[in-house]
Amino acid sequence: MKKLLKNNAVQALIASLICIVLGLLIGYIVLLFINPVGAGGAILAVVKNFWNYSRAALQIKNFGNTLVKTAPLLMCALSVLFAYKVGLFNIGAAGQYVIGTCASLYAALAWGWGWLPCLLLAILAGGLYGALVGLLKAFCNVNEVISGIMLNWIGLYATNMLLANVKESTSPYTLHLKSAAPQAMLPGGGMDKLLGDNANVTIAVPLSILIAVLILILLDKTRLGYELKATGNNKNAAKYAGMAERQNIILTLVIAGALAALGGAFLYLTDFEQWSVTQSSVPGMGFNGIAAAFLGGLNPIGTIFASYFIQHITVGGAYVDKTMYSSQISDLISAIIVYLCGFVLFIKYAINQGLVKTEEKKKNRDNAKGGEK
Amino acid sequence: MLLLIQYTLIFASVLMLVALGGCFSEHSGVINLGLEGIMVIGALGGALVMRYLPASVGPFPAILCVLLGAVMFGVAYSALLAVACINFKADQTIVGTALNMLGVAAATVLVKAINTAANPDDVSSEIQYVEAKKNFLVNIGSFEFNWFMLIAVVMLVVAYVVLYKTKFGLRLMACGEHPQAAASVGISVYKMRWAGVLISGVYGALGGICYILAGVSLWKFENGVAGFGFLALAVMIFGQWKPTRIALAALLFGFFRALSNVYFGFPLLMSLNIPGSVYNMMPYIISLIVLAFTSQHSRAPKAEGIPYDKGSR
Repeated sequence: MKKLLKNNAVQALIASLICIVLGLLIGYIVLLFINPVGAGGAILAVVKNFWNYSRAALQIKNFGNTLVKTAPLLMCALSVLFAYKVGLFNIGAAGQYVIGTCASLYAALAWGWGWLPCLLLAILAGGLYGALVGLLKAFCNVNEVISGIMLNWIGLYATNMLLANVKESTSPYTLHLKSAAPQAMLPGGGMDKLLGDNANVTIAVPLSILIAVLILILLDKTRLGYELKATGNNKNAAKYAGMAERQNIILTLVIAGALAALGGAFLYLTDFEQWSVTQSSVPGMGFNGIAAAFLGGLNPIGTIFASYFIQHITVGGAYVDKTMYSSQISDLISAIIVYLCGFVLFIKYAINQGLVKTEEKKKNRDNAKGGEK
Repeated sequence: MLLLIQYTLIFASVLMLVALGGCFSEHSGVINLGLEGIMVIGALGGALVMRYLPASVGPFPAILCVLLGAVMFGVAYSALLAVACINFKADQTIVGTALNMLGVAAATVLVKAINTAANPDDVSSEIQYVEAKKNFLVNIGSFEFNWFMLIAVVMLVVAYVVLYKTKFGLRLMACGEHPQAAASVGISVYKMRWAGVLISGVYGALGGICYILAGVSLWKFENGVAGFGFLALAVMIFGQWKPTRIALAALLFGFFRALSNVYFGFPLLMSLNIPGSVYNMMPYIISLIVLAFTSQHSRAPKAEGIPYDKGSR
């Protein structure tokens, strides 16, 4: 038991679970304040998500719909995680996600490209957009959080401007992929059959999980990953050891940008949603990615589960009783979870302190016994 | 033209107030990335007062109540940042980001709950304050003077005097430069940093309520404050953490923000035929360019962003 508690991964898991439980509890208390009658039911509805349906077929279909939006979230989370491992806080993931959406939708609808070139273009566009942050950081010492936020807004307005060329004539939404550009729809690859003929579930889901594993390997098993992490830990030491620290910073943000952009393409090339060109705020996907990355203990595999959980409650928010509460209660819970993730270090410290204390007590007891003899 | 000046001044007031807030926090050694969230919560506090205050109280008490409501909300909210970053030594970037997300989410949930309780069919996240807003405006000819322009100037003077002319301000700045040295002469670094963050709550909240009173007379809380908290941080960096320079930087940024509101009033700009989105992007692009040129030799407080640990040297 004690050995288990000393394990870093177990500590991270415990810390994450504490964050989730506290997050839900605080969410429940907020609901109690708004209206005590339905608070319990509402929080249950959020947690249950697709289990709110009683028919198995509907459950599977809605489980699929949650997965459709988990794939892009996972990509954004990986983007945040990857940059964080190199000591960079990529809040620009939200904007890179938007740029990926823009590139893939525009190529699909305006130029009639197929899905694979669309994905590649999204990767390219996101990589370049991430590189902007990297260049500013490496050569001009601009804080990546501030430049990231600026680029989020620039990306949003640029996307609205560009995608206005491929929107429906009577609505602010972009054209339906299914009718206007069926060649750009991501293939189902058997996933759609697996989940009750839900055509929105595509290869994006297994691909995103595969990419998570690749990121894990890249970070832990390759020389590049080692160098990037070394740069993150101590820029000057890395430079002294002969690593190109500026190049590493830029490369990191290129990869992070490409990951988030791919997330955008993963969602919009399924035709699950259309982009609204009158959108006046940056989509929350990138910011939820921050929540998922930290909740996942900054481990790619943990992030897979954390992304699912965050998306699960985000979708679950739609099932609360709208006559009393709003669906944004799940955004509130996610935000509280991110806030609590700030305390993870402290939770780990507390666990370790507890372990040290019990050990000391035991030692003292043993010593006392020894003295009696 | 007059309209451009009017909008420039009001947006500059917002940016200056929030940037001064960031300035206090950073001089004490805490990076406050949560200013955006503090603005939203401050705006919420003020908007709630405007919603519930009876029209009979008269303009001056009304203004005072609105300001007080905003400041109280903002200070309480910034305490969340202080307790996490100062006492629990949490990562300041994570906590700041969390506060931004939390601010918008909490305001939306709360306002929607209030609206739905009043009218079950109303699921919007909007608060209207058409009447209450008039208290803040004085028409001088065709120029619409907003009391916030004066408040911003007063707060600027206060910030300057407090930071440079009082014992408290100098001690505060010492905590951001070299907290161990400050502690060695008997200054409580924890208390000073708490003070810095709470003051940034006051300024951020004033900026927030000023922002939602600029131009419009209803606010949709789902939208947050459109990155103004971060623009203000850019203003602060451009202003090199000095109140007077921050004021000038705020005017520059305010001008570009104002352009996107009034560009269609200028025949010259209209004839260029630039899409509206480009004007919307302008303040953000300008801030990136400005940051690229000023960040290299920035005079940031040396110990900002590093949690203070009594035991470390």
